[in-house]
Amino acid sequence: MLRRLHSVLGLALGLVLVVTALTGVALSVVPIVDRFSSPTIDRGTSVAALAEAVAARHETLSTLKVRASGIVTAAYTDGEINGIERIDPATGAGLGPFEVSSTVRFITDLHRAFGLGSDGRMVAAVSAAAMLGLSLSGLVLLARRLGGARALLRPIRGTTAERLHGDLARLATLGLVLSSLTGLWMSASTFDLLPERAEAPTIAAADGAPLPLDRIEALARVDVADLRELTFADPAVPGDVFRLLTRSGEAVVDPTTGRTLAFAPATVVDRIDDLVRVLHTGRGVWALALLLGLAAATTPILAGSGLLMWRRRRAARATAFASVAVETADTVILVGSDGGSTRGFATTLAVALERHGHRVHLAEMNDLAEAHVRAERLLILAATWGDGSAPTSARHFLDRLAGLEGRAPVAVLGFGDRTFPDFCGYGRAVAEALDAEGFPRLLDFKRIDRRSAQEFAQWGHDLGAALGHDLVLEHVAERPATTALELVEREDYGAAVGAPVAILRFAAPLDRRTLRRGRLPAFEAGDLLGVVPPGEAMPRFYSLASSAADGVVEICVRLMPGGVCSTLLHALRPGDAVDAFVRTNPSFRPAEGASSLILIGAGAGIGPLAGFVRANGGARPVHLYWGGRSPASDFLYEHELARALAEQRLTSLTTAFSRDAAASAYVQDRIAADAHRLRDLVHAGAQILVCGSRDMAHAVTRTMETILHPLGTDVATLRAGGRYVEDVY
Amino acid sequence: MKLATSALAATAAFVVPTVAEAKQVTFETTLKAYGGNGAYAVIWVSDAAGKYKGTLWMAGDRAKYWRHLSDWQRASGGRATEVDGITGASIGSGKTLKITLDLADALIDAGYVVHVDTSVENGRDFPSEVVAPLSSDQNGKPVAGKGYVKSFKVSF
Repeated sequence: MLRRLHSVLGLALGLVLVVTALTGVALSVVPIVDRFSSPTIDRGTSVAALAEAVAARHETLSTLKVRASGIVTAAYTDGEINGIERIDPATGAGLGPFEVSSTVRFITDLHRAFGLGSDGRMVAAVSAAAMLGLSLSGLVLLARRLGGARALLRPIRGTTAERLHGDLARLATLGLVLSSLTGLWMSASTFDLLPERAEAPTIAAADGAPLPLDRIEALARVDVADLRELTFADPAVPGDVFRLLTRSGEAVVDPTTGRTLAFAPATVVDRIDDLVRVLHTGRGVWALALLLGLAAATTPILAGSGLLMWRRRRAARATAFASVAVETADTVILVGSDGGSTRGFATTLAVALERHGHRVHLAEMNDLAEAHVRAERLLILAATWGDGSAPTSARHFLDRLAGLEGRAPVAVLGFGDRTFPDFCGYGRAVAEALDAEGFPRLLDFKRIDRRSAQEFAQWGHDLGAALGHDLVLEHVAERPATTALELVEREDYGAAVGAPVAILRFAAPLDRRTLRRGRLPAFEAGDLLGVVPPGEAMPRFYSLASSAADGVVEICVRLMPGGVCSTLLHALRPGDAVDAFVRTNPSFRPAEGASSLILIGAGAGIGPLAGFVRANGGARPVHLYWGGRSPASDFLYEHELARALAEQRLTSLTTAFSRDAAASAYVQDRIAADAHRLRDLVHAGAQILVCGSRDMAHAVTRTMETILHPLGTDVATLRAGGRYVEDVY
Repeated sequence: MKLATSALAATAAFVVPTVAEAKQVTFETTLKAYGGNGAYAVIWVSDAAGKYKGTLWMAGDRAKYWRHLSDWQRASGGRATEVDGITGASIGSGKTLKITLDLADALIDAGYVVHVDTSVENGRDFPSEVVAPLSSDQNGKPVAGKGYVKSFKVSF
């Protein structure tokens, strides 16, 4: 619901907000220019003295004004000339005519009324309200995603758009909330919704000649620093009075006696109004203006990245499936999804079941009703939002479950990210609740890590066994456009120790007409190359060892016995081509900054780690731990790593070889032996990146737990902070 | 007190009961090209002694700025009811406001005086910058203002 509100506000008013924000950014420069181009007001000069000094240069003065910007001006009439001049607040000397440039006036008008007059002011009010709504709903959404209000400063994981959106929003929210709240107040003032300002009643002055300005006591008592505006008595109007507006209120002063005739103290609303104007415009507080300007400057980027995120979500949701009515269905699939990717899996499942003659009803978990639990079977696909909370479309599921009577056999499949501490926490909570309510289990609770199509296919196999027929789930998430890649070079290792591994380097194919190679898509080491074997629907993913800057697409592939894709890749000769695409893998990437990196891998898992070493300019310490079988046969990247050590792009290299007759060891043994150094590195803020098989990753995790224990931390804590990341297969 | 009607309103005291006793009077206010935001301007009528009789037109719809039209404010009390139904947009720099009203014959050549007060944001206030008698011998003759008004003309 909140997500929808956020999207609708952003979509409907994004453009308006961008105009308001950009003009706001432009206007935020004004106070800074004013501050450095006009004299500051120091205490010690009375309004009477200043008025006298200015009056000496002119025939008639009508007002003396301290503007919000801190600029002091006087309006005068000399014969036929009516003018406004800037004056020195200490001496009253003229500093030239006061003008607001036409550019500033134009931008101000755009900012507060879109150049549309009164109607525009209503749009501006709506835009301020929308900005407030977007800021607050965005804050709650981000907190939910990161695992609670206290986790708001944790690193954000996701696509570039998601990280950009979240990171900028965290920086800008305070400024945007301040600007929109004060903007709303000013709109309320525009539409006369606030009580009127305190105004002293007009009382006629006594008859007689006016006193010289410097002898008017009521003006002599007030310092220029406290003045807002002095309106002079018109000598042509008998009984006319001075009006003196200060921070504390408005006084009516008799020009013949110099006394205050009436005084209206500023109300609380007046004082708030003054403060709000300062907070909104930054007038007279140039540093605040700068901060508000910077916060506003993020708005176009937030709007753009938000639009991108929304379009992706919508595209994921578009895959529709014609669901049958729940009363006639034998199988009910309930989905709890946020981004829509889980819904895509559910559609794949529904289509496959239908092909096998099932009548399938597909609904959201929030829709849970008695009819669902009376079906022959109930399949629940639940994503997890942040650290174990319910996704949007499942928020009411557990509440609704309590009153139901049917007890259909149920299978729960959780979708999540293994790098989060509570992996598939919400899915598990659902499975446990169903167990507690006495629902028979069709299948045990299973978890899918980061949209793995392979794990999903495995679950489909298990489900098919339970249903008594084959069930092949070939889920292709957002089937990407592939490009042809041509093998240009390969290095072969490991054949002698029974584990053939090849380093394969691809380039875009040669264009026959221009005799140039085509462009590669953008990617970084650690991203994934999806290879689609001919005749297969499901891509296989390999971690990239190179980045686009290297000019080649490099992967490291172990030949798996019976593996369709690795067999295909190992059979490639230079000049052969494969269809492939790049998928970003932002969660597996060195953190920005100069802190140390600890790279741990085994076998072909060295690919992305070698890529990280290659990308290190030497600015940060990098320690690589790697395990192979035999130094003579499968020491991948041996020469490149030796060169990196010599060039200090790699700080230390520690290898372990399991079939080394002299010193057989695994990579976790080397880590355990280096416990002291690793502890120091982690203590100093190092990030750990692990790549390789699941078994190796488990062994490394166990060893790291022992190493981390004395530091009072653990792998889960480092994971939550993005300092322990894995790419595991 | 409203003195006249636009095409829409027809309630105030000076408004004529029948067309025979009324005249169509046109007030044309042209501003100088002072190059600022739109000017607030009020056109109002007093007797020869300066006593307020009524308002003809308020250009500028935000009541909070009306206090800057200080002669009108002082004379009329500045209540919104004074300009109800006879309020329009502010007048842009260099632009002309032309209004035509049905005015009672009794107002012409009876010593009444038309005032124009003006005010501009970030600019100045000019109370009664135009003071012109409602008389037949002034019919169609432009008068210059002291401030933002380049020319003001009453014709009937």
